[in-house]
Amino acid sequence: MNSKHVSVFIPCLVDQVYPEMGIAMIKLLRSFGYEIFYHKEQTCCGQPAFNAGQRKEAIKVAGHFVEVFAEDGLIVSPSGSCTAMVRKYFPNLFEGHHACETAAALGGRVLEFSEFIQQEDLLNKISGKWKGRIGFHNSCHSYRELDIDDFPLRILKRIDGVEPVRPPGEPVCCGFGGLFSFKFPAVSATMARSRLEQFFELGLKTIVSNDPGCIMHLRQEAKDKNMNMDILHLVEFLERTTKTI
Amino acid sequence: MNTQKQFKKQSAEKAHDQQHLLKIRKAIRTYDEKVAEMKQAQFIDWPAARKQAGQIKQYVLENWADLLEQFESNMKENGAEVLWAETAEQARQIFLEIADRHKAKKIVKSKSMTTEEIELNETCEANGIEVWESDLGELIVQLAGEKPYHIVTPAMHKSKAEISKLFHEKLGSVESDSAEELTMIARAHLRQAYVTADIGVSGANFLIADPGLVHITENEGNIRLTTACPPVHVVIAGIEKLLPRLEDLALFLPLLATSGTGQQLTGYNNLIRGPRAAGEADGPRKMYVILLDNGRSQLHADPKLRIALRCIRCGACLNACPVYKTIGGHSYQTTYQGPIGAVLTPQFRGIAEWHHLSDASSLCGACTQVCPVDIPLHELLLENRRQSDEQSNTSLFWKQSLKIWAVIMSDRGKLNAFHRAAANGAEAAALLLPHETGKRIPKLARQTFAQWWEENEQS
Ligand code: SF4
Repeated sequence: MNSKHVSVFIPCLVDQVYPEMGIAMIKLLRSFGYEIFYHKEQTCCGQPAFNAGQRKEAIKVAGHFVEVFAEDGLIVSPSGSCTAMVRKYFPNLFEGHHACETAAALGGRVLEFSEFIQQEDLLNKISGKWKGRIGFHNSCHSYRELDIDDFPLRILKRIDGVEPVRPPGEPVCCGFGGLFSFKFPAVSATMARSRLEQFFELGLKTIVSNDPGCIMHLRQEAKDKNMNMDILHLVEFLERTTKTI
Repeated sequence: MNTQKQFKKQSAEKAHDQQHLLKIRKAIRTYDEKVAEMKQAQFIDWPAARKQAGQIKQYVLENWADLLEQFESNMKENGAEVLWAETAEQARQIFLEIADRHKAKKIVKSKSMTTEEIELNETCEANGIEVWESDLGELIVQLAGEKPYHIVTPAMHKSKAEISKLFHEKLGSVESDSAEELTMIARAHLRQAYVTADIGVSGANFLIADPGLVHITENEGNIRLTTACPPVHVVIAGIEKLLPRLEDLALFLPLLATSGTGQQLTGYNNLIRGPRAAGEADGPRKMYVILLDNGRSQLHADPKLRIALRCIRCGACLNACPVYKTIGGHSYQTTYQGPIGAVLTPQFRGIAEWHHLSDASSLCGACTQVCPVDIPLHELLLENRRQSDEQSNTSLFWKQSLKIWAVIMSDRGKLNAFHRAAANGAEAAALLLPHETGKRIPKLARQTFAQWWEENEQS
């Protein structure tokens, strides 16, 4: 068989907390005709320590990432934030390190899921059915570090009956920020609530996003505040609605 | 209580203060709308404009000493005295000497964050010099006994009703709910100050090296009076406020007005070349320019952080920041609030005591996106965090936690073992922690993705 290969990067949060997102992504990629390559050794991109300023710890984990993925071609990930870590921050993190070149080169090959759809021109392979308006939460990192703008909306529009909505002033931070949410829990929670209210006020109760971090944070806050909302990863939404898988 | 604990407490209180949230968000929403409109109306290519502005400020930083000398010699030629203050303390001393020389008992001030930085008001009051704030926002916070809430709009957190009540109590005016009437009350109160003050004190928005000018922007007309009526004018400005040429204002004035207040241009733009010249009928007889370093040279020496000195104090990053919008300006307890404050304060006042400001960010990058001089603010926050860790300021808890995390996360076998051990432990930990933190601990999946793959895909 001469189907194309693609490697997948399953971020730690997906691996440990939301494996269903990884599974959904794999099913979709297969439905587009790709053969999946999964490195069993993979763990995490190192972002938590990098964001905490703890470079030694970050290098240890990111270095492992580089070793695992160094030889791969395209690598797809269901997280804008982790993709941004590799593409935007690896060069900075590995400055002066022997693996710097290899690490920097990975940036061009790791793609967030919607970027992959765009780059590989797969939009017309998506079709499905649903009914209703959907709020789209673009993650700050995917918008600002990866320049992902409205492409995820175009993906959503491939599903018949979906009316994707972006609240004004996009992107608005969900308040997660990794360790920030533990160091400043009250501030982080208020930011999440404000974000949820923005959707709620527009009558949007189904929210789709491309970042597991944002999704976890928003789900936690929605649950805590008894807000009845369905917050899904783009790949989960597609899995539920597409005809092709 | 140390600054870090105080910040944690205050920021959490503000995060729960619904009324405060609504007030600030409303104020900033109005600002956002005006800015968006102005960017559209005034700039064909906003990204190109901010890039160019960033380059001009970068040029200043790369040619700093030369431009400062040029500014100094041109101002001297115009008859102004230029004085250098390495520290805030030196700036205060210099000011007190000037006040002494002119037997000053009363000063009138326009809005200036640099004078906040050196705590000029407190210094004056301690030395028996009366301080009159002529900027409406500054007057409001002065009367309320507070510090500015925002570098551009110091009284952003005060509603009209609160201002009316404050004026009624402190100035004896009749209560009013009209913004115009409130402004008139302040004006009437201040009129005396301009003609009786011994010194007018201002900051500067731009120090123009060629041909030697101090530029100050405003909307109320009070700066014009502050800098023109009293017999002595003292400018206190940070040494990064330079612009190379007068022509640069063609870009910087609309840029600052748009980012700062969503205006095409601010109401008044003052260009001051020196004191009253021979043959001129009015204007102060003496003009001093105090150039303040106070940590700026040291920041300039840091190749990664130098870029922060591009800042023109427009306030846009504060308004864009979801953390600022949640915790408000006073929680920071600094002269400069918001993202730029979180970058500068640890550098100016010491990372050990102030690194929590750099930590208090989700790194969303909204600040970087809006900054009109293209400062990568959130990346500088990361650099501060790196320096803080390097200087061993990371708390033992986080240091150890991430060390253990790194050991686990760099070895799949260990991660698998961790998952087996933690599946139940995480839930227990979540219950032991205070609710606000506990609810953040995710429930681990019964089966990791890796296990799923092993079971279903391995053949
Ligand atoms: S850092 Fe940029 S956005 Fe913030 S105040 Fe300075 S110039 Fe304005």
